[in-house]
Amino acid sequence: MIELRNLYKIYGSGENEVRALDGINLTINKGEFVAIVGQSGSGKSTCMNIIGCLDVPTSGQYILEGIDVSTMHDDRLSEIRNKKLGFIFQQYNLIQGISILENVELPLLYAGLSKAERKEKAMKALARVGIQAKAKNFPSQLSGGQQQRVSIARALAGNPSVILADEPTGALDSKTGKEVLRFLQELHSEGNTIVLITHDNSIARKAKRIVRLSDGKIIYDGPSDDPNAVVSADESGVNG
Amino acid sequence: MLGIIIGIAAVIIITSLGNGLQSYMTDAFDSMGTNLITVNVSNRGTRSVNPDDMFELATDNSDVLEAVSPSVTHTGEVTCGSTTTDNTTSITGVSEYYNVMKGYDLTDGRFLSYMDIEGRHKVCVIGTYVANTLFGNKSAVGQTLKIGGNTFTVIGTLAEIGDSSESSSDDCVYIPYSTAQKLSRSGRITSYTFSVTDQHKADQAKTVIENALYEIFKSDDYYTVISLSEMLDIINTMMDMVITVLSAIAAISLAVGGVGIMNIMLVSVTERTREIGIRKSLGAKRRNILTQFVIEAMTISALGGILGMITGVMISYPVGNLFDITAVPKASTIALAFSISVAIGVLFGYLPASRASKLNPIDALRHD
Repeated sequence: MIELRNLYKIYGSGENEVRALDGINLTINKGEFVAIVGQSGSGKSTCMNIIGCLDVPTSGQYILEGIDVSTMHDDRLSEIRNKKLGFIFQQYNLIQGISILENVELPLLYAGLSKAERKEKAMKALARVGIQAKAKNFPSQLSGGQQQRVSIARALAGNPSVILADEPTGALDSKTGKEVLRFLQELHSEGNTIVLITHDNSIARKAKRIVRLSDGKIIYDGPSDDPNAVVSADESGVNG
Repeated sequence: MLGIIIGIAAVIIITSLGNGLQSYMTDAFDSMGTNLITVNVSNRGTRSVNPDDMFELATDNSDVLEAVSPSVTHTGEVTCGSTTTDNTTSITGVSEYYNVMKGYDLTDGRFLSYMDIEGRHKVCVIGTYVANTLFGNKSAVGQTLKIGGNTFTVIGTLAEIGDSSESSSDDCVYIPYSTAQKLSRSGRITSYTFSVTDQHKADQAKTVIENALYEIFKSDDYYTVISLSEMLDIINTMMDMVITVLSAIAAISLAVGGVGIMNIMLVSVTERTREIGIRKSLGAKRRNILTQFVIEAMTISALGGILGMITGVMISYPVGNLFDITAVPKASTIALAFSISVAIGVLFGYLPASRASKLNPIDALRHD
């Protein structure tokens, strides 16, 4: 479903050249729950941006559900994001001036759904995360955990092929963080494909498979219960 | 938004005051008689005109000329017993057509008649100021007054023309022109007033009179023909120009308002870069972002336009009163100013919106 072939992302040139992604080959299948881990600067954010179609690689191919998206135009990428991807961000990224319901309706609005359809689907997604009672509230009136649940509802609303969670618990306390993770596991058990990006090993272990990045290279790719998954390069002193 | 409000308000105030001034001047000219043509002649020996020539001229050209009256200015104190009006009172010798030509109504008595003129009767018709000053509340008709030692019988009083004050159009005495001519011993009459059948034929009538006078004097140095409607046309043209210039100045303030809108939009786009990033990550295309910001800019400028319209209309009346003009806001001007403000909104909203729509979602999302 997700296939990265010999992917490079290079910033700058000459002596200032920074290889954020240095020849990544990665395949993620439908229904997998993958955690991409690495220290800051390891390239995991760049990796997530490219998987999320928010950025394009310098070279290499990215095939999403059989479509090569690595050289697509801005507007086409918007369409792909709209149809195939659901984002959960660390900072929730809800729009402050509009209601919870309108926030969840946004991807559906850009998909071109009618008002009635939008409302129905958005309410369903909000019910799914148990927050439909707050539909008329504004993001600022909700707690962090509730806001993150709204952003999960927004990610689910369009029924995407892949859910991308970028440090979803980073801004939450451990209790609500656990709730969010439990929810992601629940979504996985229902057959959703989930890619989780984190720097935290304990969180990464909630996933079934771990992909560890360091200096733009994959240094581990395997099941999360393998002891090697956590005893990794960045912990043995290699600069991350 | 304040820029747009001030701009629109300025355009509306300036144009409605301009329109008010124009109609004020038109009214002023109308009251003086835009249907009138004033002729002044210098009689020289055989090359001269007398009232009969002028009456004949009017009769011969009855398609354009309605009537004529000589106009003989007479000076002297107007007194009744011990009461006297000041020297401001205008005493004019006129023909029996004069009141009709000027559109004067009588409240009492009658106007001068042909018989009065033929017989050089010492009769007069007086304005309200003279009547009030000399006779108070009593009926003036049948009373006598003295003009420079000569006793005149009042045969009629005119309805109020101006505001019945001293030096106004109501401070007047009309006597037969023949009587005035005799009393002043001036000999020939040098001033005539023609009325035209149709105000729009004033130019034509003026030409007719000029041609006739040229026939008599064989030179255009000895007469002048002034048409008030012609002067009104000139003044209207000038007024239009003044309004255009003022509107251009107001348009500059509109443009300043437009720059203001552009600034608001630029700030708004910068402040909301993150929102744009979120929207794009959720699948918003360039067109969606562009539409959103252009609609916002339009809403701001339309709102500013409406507020400016209200402010402009509300301010123009008291300001008009200040200058004794009735402000006349025109619907067409208001509509134009409003469309301009919306157009500015679209134009100046489009540029930052277009920039915003091209933002890379990743950069936009990272923006704080």
